[in-house]
Amino acid sequence: MKEIVVISGKGGTGKTSVTASFARLAGEEVVVADCDVDAADMHLLLNPDFGYSEDFYSGEVSFIDQSNCTRCGICANTCRFDAISFTRGAYRIDPISCEGCGYCARVCPTGTIINKPRLSGKWHISNIRTGSLMVHAKLDIGADNSGKLVAKVKNEAKELALEERKSYVLVDGPPGVGCPVVSSLSGANFVVLVTEPTLSGLHDLKRVYELVKKFHLKAGCIINKADLNPEQCAAIRKFLEEENIPHLADFPYDEDFSRAITQGTTIVEYTNGNLKQLLAESWEKIKELTN
Amino acid sequence: MKIAIASGKGGTGKTTLSTNLAAFLAEREEVVLVDLDVEEPNSAIFFNRPPEHEEVIYKQIPQWDESKCTLCGICSKVCNFHAIIQLGPSIVVFPELCHSCYACSGLCPEGALPMVPKRTGRLAGFQAGNLHFVEGRLDIGEEQAVPAIAKAKKYASQKFGASITTIYDSPPGTSCPVIEAVKDADFVIMVTEPTPFGLHDLKLAVETVRKFGMPFGVVINRHGIGNEDVEAYCREEEIPVLAKIPNSRRMAELYSSGKLIYKEIPELRNTLQEVADACFAAVKGGVQ
Repeated sequence: MKEIVVISGKGGTGKTSVTASFARLAGEEVVVADCDVDAADMHLLLNPDFGYSEDFYSGEVSFIDQSNCTRCGICANTCRFDAISFTRGAYRIDPISCEGCGYCARVCPTGTIINKPRLSGKWHISNIRTGSLMVHAKLDIGADNSGKLVAKVKNEAKELALEERKSYVLVDGPPGVGCPVVSSLSGANFVVLVTEPTLSGLHDLKRVYELVKKFHLKAGCIINKADLNPEQCAAIRKFLEEENIPHLADFPYDEDFSRAITQGTTIVEYTNGNLKQLLAESWEKIKELTN
Repeated sequence: MKIAIASGKGGTGKTTLSTNLAAFLAEREEVVLVDLDVEEPNSAIFFNRPPEHEEVIYKQIPQWDESKCTLCGICSKVCNFHAIIQLGPSIVVFPELCHSCYACSGLCPEGALPMVPKRTGRLAGFQAGNLHFVEGRLDIGEEQAVPAIAKAKKYASQKFGASITTIYDSPPGTSCPVIEAVKDADFVIMVTEPTPFGLHDLKLAVETVRKFGMPFGVVINRHGIGNEDVEAYCREEEIPVLAKIPNSRRMAELYSSGKLIYKEIPELRNTLQEVADACFAAVKGGVQ
């Protein structure tokens, strides 16, 4: 069983549309994992049934038991996250700012601060209409530790893939280069970079590829909207050559991406055109390079 | 006035709106643009200037002083993030896991864990006419964006003060980096696109901003693709739609070469003016 992770650095390059198309093409041979837990969108294309759901607890959050509080203020002075303030006659902890370090509870002279496990989201295992399974999640608003929820989603998907004897786990990764991305890259067998020929696209691709290199992972790149800017496209190709990154495909600037999303379907189901062929060829190449 | 430009979904046009709005307003007044998308900062691309000011961004982590340590084990017990452990006769710190809460350092009875700065990124700034630009940039391999965001904001507010119009180009998503970026904004502009992805992530962004209670509005980018559901949602929720920017390949091309769109497509000036007027009116009038 191999793990294929799709990332982009920059948001909005077409990661989710491409990943959902691969999921459709791969059918029963993959377990899909939506690791963009901040703004998960894959479920809008693959009709999951939310068959199994579980709360996700991560870290802690502190509470002040007002009845025993002597208003000494030590907690507020100790907190490094400005999470404790004196409002309406009492010290109160803002759960959004609280990072759950528990330092306040340790220094409170009356032991009146308690830590509770923090409910920070939900994760699901679903049957999807491609005949396979998807693990996906929703992080609660403002929650810390999206990296941990990403790890949870990935690990559940891996276990399922092993149990069900699937060939691949296909991961839709988050944008950026921070903790959720690091978490989705760990353990990957192949990384698909989806970029676009814009100055921002290349800038962000270079940053995220630096991260991929740190983990010594194999990668290939798809240039989406390739005909938008020939000069930038050439610059990306040059970068791929210099770094020895296999160039998997060029996809044209095509509003079918948006139209398919609007119909709640994948591109390979929406169109019979060139784009479908290109996606199918890319998926075959990715499998070849992964194995 | 501080305006945060945000969106749940990436790639909806946050940076396009931030850079164009900032440059447009800077034709008449002083403006600060702060790029808080520290994982992938792109705003500077549209101004193409070398930084005039640079400084390193640090976070504080504990450093083990072996000579004072008695290996009592308190530090690893009090760390809720498993960022400090005892390994045989040594104390080992994992900087990427450390949240800089100071618990280990403050509770060490021997004072054997002083906090020391560790580099996590870089801050850069320049001035282009009336426009003051500040950018936070996370080093590759660093996982925590929040300290870099906090530093860029602090630098901008100390240097330029609260009275000057400040635009935050915020990171995508709904988790801790976005919270850090938007929490003290006077107004939030959410940029979305009229597709089910745009709508789904807009709802998350609205939920996020409603936790803070500041006024906000929506800019619909790529208007004309997709469907009417975003507008219907905004009507239902009584969220003002500040502007609709038409779907245009030409705009995408300008963006791709790092050009400011309103300079090439003058109609966008009116749109930017409307967006600016709506922000100022909402903050002054306290509506919404």
